[in-house]
Amino acid sequence: MRSERNRSPLGLKIAAAAGLAFMHVPILLIFLYAFTTEEKSYQFPPPGLTTQWFAVAWNRPDVWAALTLSVKVASIATAVALVLGTLCAAAVSQTRFFGRETISLLVILPIALPGIITGIALRSAFSMAEIPFSFWTIVLGHATFCIVVVYNNAVARFRRISGSLIEASMDLGADGFQTFRYIILPNIGTALLAGGMLAFALSFDEVIVTTFTAGQQSTLPIWMLEELIRPRQRPVTNVVAMIVVLVTFLPILGAYYLTRDGDQIAGAGK
Amino acid sequence: MTAVTENIVLPDRRGPAGRLSDFFWKHPHVLLTVLLAPPLLWLGVVYVGSLFALLLQSFFSIDDFSGLINYEFTFATYRQLLSETNLDIILRTVSMAAIVTIASALIAFPIAYYAARYAQGKWKVLFYLGVMLPLWSSYLVKIYAWKLILAKEGIVTWFLGKLHLQWLLDAWLSLPVVGGNSLSVSYTGTFIVFVYVWLPFMILPIQAALERVPGNLIEASSDLGGTPAQTFRHVLFPLALPGIVAGSIFTFSLTLGDYIIPQIIGSSRLFIGQAVYAQQGTAGNIPLAAAFTVVPIVIMGAYLFVAKRMGAFDAL
Repeated sequence: MRSERNRSPLGLKIAAAAGLAFMHVPILLIFLYAFTTEEKSYQFPPPGLTTQWFAVAWNRPDVWAALTLSVKVASIATAVALVLGTLCAAAVSQTRFFGRETISLLVILPIALPGIITGIALRSAFSMAEIPFSFWTIVLGHATFCIVVVYNNAVARFRRISGSLIEASMDLGADGFQTFRYIILPNIGTALLAGGMLAFALSFDEVIVTTFTAGQQSTLPIWMLEELIRPRQRPVTNVVAMIVVLVTFLPILGAYYLTRDGDQIAGAGK
Repeated sequence: MTAVTENIVLPDRRGPAGRLSDFFWKHPHVLLTVLLAPPLLWLGVVYVGSLFALLLQSFFSIDDFSGLINYEFTFATYRQLLSETNLDIILRTVSMAAIVTIASALIAFPIAYYAARYAQGKWKVLFYLGVMLPLWSSYLVKIYAWKLILAKEGIVTWFLGKLHLQWLLDAWLSLPVVGGNSLSVSYTGTFIVFVYVWLPFMILPIQAALERVPGNLIEASSDLGGTPAQTFRHVLFPLALPGIVAGSIFTFSLTLGDYIIPQIIGSSRLFIGQAVYAQQGTAGNIPLAAAFTVVPIVIMGAYLFVAKRMGAFDAL
């Protein structure tokens, strides 16, 4: 009976496997192309394999500048999103008040609306307020849509903390700050870490909002976008693409392992 | 009575932190305000304020001679939006969004169903990460990968050449509308990349909806003599529908607003996102760009309204 239930139809198996292959083969190809000796075209199969492009990419100052900017922006945007997202999650999950639903909507809005709308809205607001584009305008845009990832993770975890735990702490004489430090923080710590990692990955990869808020500076995705529109050095782009894939995989795997025992695993809603 | 109560209640805490803590405990609304003020200021003032500023601009118009924005309330920009070329752009984007949504639902369903019903233990983790990693890997890298694949000298051409099916690709590319010089400059290419990039957004909600379908419901259906096709049509599909609608919110909305994919892989005909980008950038016509962004907002607003009615939000 049980084996009967667990045997899947062959057609379904093939369709599911083909779907997964469709999702992964293109990413694997990036790895292959990072080693190709062909410089001018996207020829397949590669005429030969070499590791020289890694050295070339390593010595490119523009790649390093873009990478540094991306890491800086992502770190600060993540820090801001962590604070604002946690505050929001604490308020929404610990209390009942008028307009609670609206707040969830407000938090999700920057990611639910197409990125181009967020981008152009911020850009026109900056120009109206006569704020020049800078590092901080990029951070502002990124933090806005990173709040939601932290918020989602924190809210899911707050729901699992039983209220009596907090009451017990208060009954035993701890004040609100001690309760936060010794009861709430250890409980939500991994959720925040996971949310922060996802926010970092989201910001590190963002390009649409950034094109509107960046002015002359280029983050790594902007650098890649320029290479995509006007390819100058394809082999370097191949190498950078491969590194970007590796850099984003680590936080995702980390966030998964931090939250896998929970009722809601981090990352399910990008 | 009061004396007893006073004995039960602990004395007030000392120190500024203690007093603050007591104050918050006695006035939970103040605590709530303190918690909510920073995020609300950020999102409510900075973000929603920017959105309103944008919407406001769509009611201004651009002066044809000076090219400056004329700050007078007018519907002229919306009239311009409804001109034939612009309607063409809107129609093209919406139909692309619709077929992308249908295709991703078709590809996503078997993966979601297998993961929800048959995959167990290690396989479940594998399926989960198998969806999660492509979801989170870089958007630009994914597009770049398809540029490599669809290029004239790329892997698709090579693969079809090996199978002696080159003629099939040539025949497809010679078709009107969907064809082009090579796959990377055709609507077919744009379509494939859209489906690829948004597919994980479709799989996850469908899987979430299917996880909630009890297995014995399927068994009951077949015990009662339903063929697999009948079971799918009358039991599985209606129960998965909220998940599909939830996924379609993402695929639809993301396709409506994207301007990078059609720019890099596609013909030169514009999509809404590209029109917005061109209007605000090179053309300098912010009012028209703003009016263009109203289109996806209105479409998604209507879409979300219907989706909510169908219970799609429970599957998110």
